[in-house]
Amino acid sequence: MTIRDNRQVVGFALVGIGVILVALLPWLGGNYAVRVATNICLFVTMALSWNFIGGYAGYPSFATAAFFGFGAYAGAILQTRGMPMLPAWGAATIVTAVFAGLLGFTILRLRGHYFAVGSFAVLELVKLAASTWTGLTGGGTGLNVPILAGGPEFAGRVFLYAALGLALVTFAAALYVDRSRLGFGLRCIRQNESAANMLGVDVDRLKIAAFVLSALFVGTAGAIYASWVSYIDPTDMFSILMTIKVPVMVLLGGAGTLFGPVLGVVAFQLLEEKIWSSFLEVHSGVLGLVIVLLVFALPGGLLRLLERLGRRRAARAAA
Amino acid sequence: MSADVILEVRNLSKTFGGVRAVDNVSLSLARGEIVGLIGPNGAGKTTLVNLMTGVLPATSGTVIFEGLDVTRQKPHQAARRGLARTFQIVQPFPDMTVLENVTAGTLFAAGASSIRAAREEAREHLQFVGLGRLADTLARTLTLPDRKHLELAKSLAMRPRVLMLDEVNAGLNSGEIDAALDLIRRISARGVTILIIEHLMKVVFSLSHRICVLHQGALICQGKPAEVAKDERVIRAYLGSRFAERHKGLVGNG
Repeated sequence: MTIRDNRQVVGFALVGIGVILVALLPWLGGNYAVRVATNICLFVTMALSWNFIGGYAGYPSFATAAFFGFGAYAGAILQTRGMPMLPAWGAATIVTAVFAGLLGFTILRLRGHYFAVGSFAVLELVKLAASTWTGLTGGGTGLNVPILAGGPEFAGRVFLYAALGLALVTFAAALYVDRSRLGFGLRCIRQNESAANMLGVDVDRLKIAAFVLSALFVGTAGAIYASWVSYIDPTDMFSILMTIKVPVMVLLGGAGTLFGPVLGVVAFQLLEEKIWSSFLEVHSGVLGLVIVLLVFALPGGLLRLLERLGRRRAARAAA
Repeated sequence: MSADVILEVRNLSKTFGGVRAVDNVSLSLARGEIVGLIGPNGAGKTTLVNLMTGVLPATSGTVIFEGLDVTRQKPHQAARRGLARTFQIVQPFPDMTVLENVTAGTLFAAGASSIRAAREEAREHLQFVGLGRLADTLARTLTLPDRKHLELAKSLAMRPRVLMLDEVNAGLNSGEIDAALDLIRRISARGVTILIIEHLMKVVFSLSHRICVLHQGALICQGKPAEVAKDERVIRAYLGSRFAERHKGLVGNG
């Protein structure tokens, strides 16, 4: 118990240091660093969000990019029709959550692989809607979002802090769920759904809650992203690569844990940057290979590996 | 029926395709009673329990708990009402500790006010079934007898009014069975009504106040253990004539 508490303290300390570093980045690094950090914060939000359904509840969702794109389009459409940026973000969040809630009623009846395929279909359907509903979404030509006034440097900071703030809110939600009845119930569902149901866990309600949580902040992230890059189109927003990248990040760090997704995002992004620069021609192939190796060699994620190393060191110290 | 009935099923049937797994069964449990449910494999015993706890929807008939029609309840509602059951094949949450397994029951079915309170209550149940020393071990590392005890602790954690025990003694040796019998008697002494499904006649005949016999989905006989052991249909369908001879003595004191 105390060992676990100590590890949590270390985790919180590292997250705290990370937050301070990112917050000071406009003074420490250049525009490129700010851009990378904004990206990392958005991915932390998505990874923590996916962890609710994929990690705690054990339902492998591939709908993350669908929610991201949904939020992006919702925010962009509202902004092009004259709504100011912040209210548009808020509205996009709510609309995405409602969409996820309605969706949850249907696809959460599926289990295991069937659920995975069902959630994938959602991504394709939303993408199709965005590509064909030209009147609303601009179709294949995409949408231009009003650019934030004040110059690129100022805008860079605004989006950095927005992404950082969102990541922090998501982390707070994850912390709450991790320690609440909801998190406990979701862990039961992951291990044995029918046994959980028999023990009094209202599995349908909890699964929908987890699914909505997996979409809520991702919707905001999409809206922030749309305002940040100021141009969105269907192929960019509903990318299969992203919908796979997010779960891989969580698995890399440690699914169903509080700190795992954060660790996974940071590790993955560093890895990607490294591979990107060293293998310019074949980077996706190398990245894919690394992902396969990591998932097979590290079933519990980096967090589990660190735990095991720590235990071994403790055992050696005791001997 | 009398006011003492806590759980009653009326004309309950369940068909799977063309098979009538449970065929027009009516029976009731009186408060505080221990009722044995026996019958050959495939007689529909587990299906009956599944119908009573909302795991399967009934094809026809009603389930009445405390005067309330609960035929269409979901499993979690049954659990919260105090209709608890154990599984023939034990189903722990393998990667949780023994204590966490039981805490799930006190938290979700018994409605403990906080996780901390649920954990404290779970500890008491673990002590009661004799698993206190294993509270912090992972459930998947338990031996079979310990898993059976964990299953019992989990169902006790739900503060059951009616407890359905589906072969909790299968696979145990005779020493372990004696301990389990003692445990079931102590649970009954707390005022819990018990429906026990068993193939071990020693267990059923020594515990039950009343025995119900299912055969091919239908209730063919119910009554005091001594009467049931002598019933021609039961002997033909299930017990066998050798049992009837050998166990005349055993059921005499039931």
